[in-house]
Amino acid sequence: MYELHRTTNVRASGLGKRYGDLWALRDLDLEAESGSVLGLLGHNGAGKTTTIRLLTTLAVPTTGTAQVAGHDVVAEPGKVRSQIGVASQAATVDGLMSGRSNLEMVGRLYHLPPEMARERADELLVRLGLEHAGDNLVKTYSGGMRRRLDLAAAIVASPPVLFLDEPTTGLDPAARRDLWELMRELVGNGATLVLTTQYLEEADALADHVIVLDHGQVAAAGSPPELKRRIGGERLDVVVTDGGDVIRAREALVRFADGPIDVEAGAGRLTMPLVEGVALMEVMRALDAVGVDAHDLSRREATLDDVFLTLTEQPRQEVAA
Amino acid sequence: MSTDSLRLDPGTTRRVRWLFADSTVIARRSLAHIRQVPEKLIDVTVQPLMFVLLFAFVFGGVIAVPGGSYHEYLIGGILVQTIAFGMMGPASSMATDMLEGIVDRFRTLPMSRSAFLVGHIFAELAGMLLAITILSLSGLAVGWTISSSFGDAVAGYALLVVFAFTMIWIGTLLGVLVRSPDAVMGVGFIVVFPLTFVASTFVPIDGLPDGLRQLAEWNPISALAAATRTLFGNPTAIPADAAWPLQHPVLASVLWCAVLLAIVIPVTIRAFRRRTTG
Repeated sequence: MYELHRTTNVRASGLGKRYGDLWALRDLDLEAESGSVLGLLGHNGAGKTTTIRLLTTLAVPTTGTAQVAGHDVVAEPGKVRSQIGVASQAATVDGLMSGRSNLEMVGRLYHLPPEMARERADELLVRLGLEHAGDNLVKTYSGGMRRRLDLAAAIVASPPVLFLDEPTTGLDPAARRDLWELMRELVGNGATLVLTTQYLEEADALADHVIVLDHGQVAAAGSPPELKRRIGGERLDVVVTDGGDVIRAREALVRFADGPIDVEAGAGRLTMPLVEGVALMEVMRALDAVGVDAHDLSRREATLDDVFLTLTEQPRQEVAA
Repeated sequence: MSTDSLRLDPGTTRRVRWLFADSTVIARRSLAHIRQVPEKLIDVTVQPLMFVLLFAFVFGGVIAVPGGSYHEYLIGGILVQTIAFGMMGPASSMATDMLEGIVDRFRTLPMSRSAFLVGHIFAELAGMLLAITILSLSGLAVGWTISSSFGDAVAGYALLVVFAFTMIWIGTLLGVLVRSPDAVMGVGFIVVFPLTFVASTFVPIDGLPDGLRQLAEWNPISALAAATRTLFGNPTAIPADAAWPLQHPVLASVLWCAVLLAIVIPVTIRAFRRRTTG
């Protein structure tokens, strides 16, 4: 009966930002609709945080345009701000106030009525497992607690669009899974989530669409399965017993490789996309023929890690002579 | 006349209401900081009290003031000196905020754009009012009196508040410009210390050597101290041949504050925007 109504909540085209002579971000196009997660994946300095700053009105783009919740970020920053929640990398909470006061303050500045700001603060402290620390000063919080409080501040007013800049960096695995759960819940309720991460696993687990950034430029974009498919279906990992064997192993493996071979000389590990239809037995025989003893040999589906490595890095240099 | 022309447009009314509400939230944050770090108040409470006692009892016996007692002369100077030093508080709290990125949080919120600066200024003004109160009371305790009319006394306090407002803006600008809160102390002392001492703050200027005396006569701190003394009916010890600002200390003080504010407010707002956008 009802049509699922999806609206594009975040849109950018040709977005770029230059600081002095350096382009922190160049020519980025993106779109995210309500109830979906857009993942921005990249190393430090790839342009993820710059993108978030531009979309959240903290910085003005050098080129291009962006609309958030239907409003242009440059022309109508005030309207954009009333629709967004932001959790940044440097948890921007006040160390000299309690967690509860922080949330109430942010709620008030979203113009929630005082009682509602108080209720939301209580509710979110519980939801994020901070109820026992709610009245302690934030400067006594651990890094993980600060991040959770920062996230709570971002969702105090239940804004329709959320920008989370590396929300789980520095969290232990259990806390990370909790946050994933919370993010899924928010998106399930219709929020649009733009998420930056250095964890491929996280983008894989949460994002509907991923943009891989490298040195301020888009290296690839697509859904996680699409990206994996594009980069090659299967991977082969080979670990040789004697580190000195990697050169010979590499030569023997070239004909099975469907792309560059990544060599970690120290660990004696070689990773490569595998030509379709190759049997492991063939690989073993080829290694055997050149007298290389493989300690471990495994084929697997490509992970986002491989995608990332292939897209953003030259394959590691073939062993120093 | 139609009443329509008097009615504010609803957008403006709403903006003003939010500016007020949001500034209050920000000011309460600053006051919460003081509860956590009461040492922040030392420079507007204990320090001026110490100055009153030191100067009144250590120098009081050796400095002669024509037309009255040194204790009566002193308080006007210490009020002005305390307010001048009071710029360090806003400077360091602003520098700390700039460093910690909390401003980024505020800038992503739909709060009134000016509320952060306005709230900060008002909280600092509350601190200054506390200092003025403590100084007045301790002054009364060591023999200072207000011997002017009620209207002049009110004008005296109003002038001090305007001066406090000016110094808070100057401190805020300093806080926005320095790279770290530690730098505030250095800059503050290098500028404010000589400024408040090469003046009629603690000693009548006719005892100063040539050169220094001219500096002191044109120093805004001297004008403010003289204006405060004039409005409170205390001895001013202004030489008959003093420069124009000391001949008309109240007018000169008002002009100084107006000129400084006219420069510092827009510069601060621009510096704040530049530092927080990008």
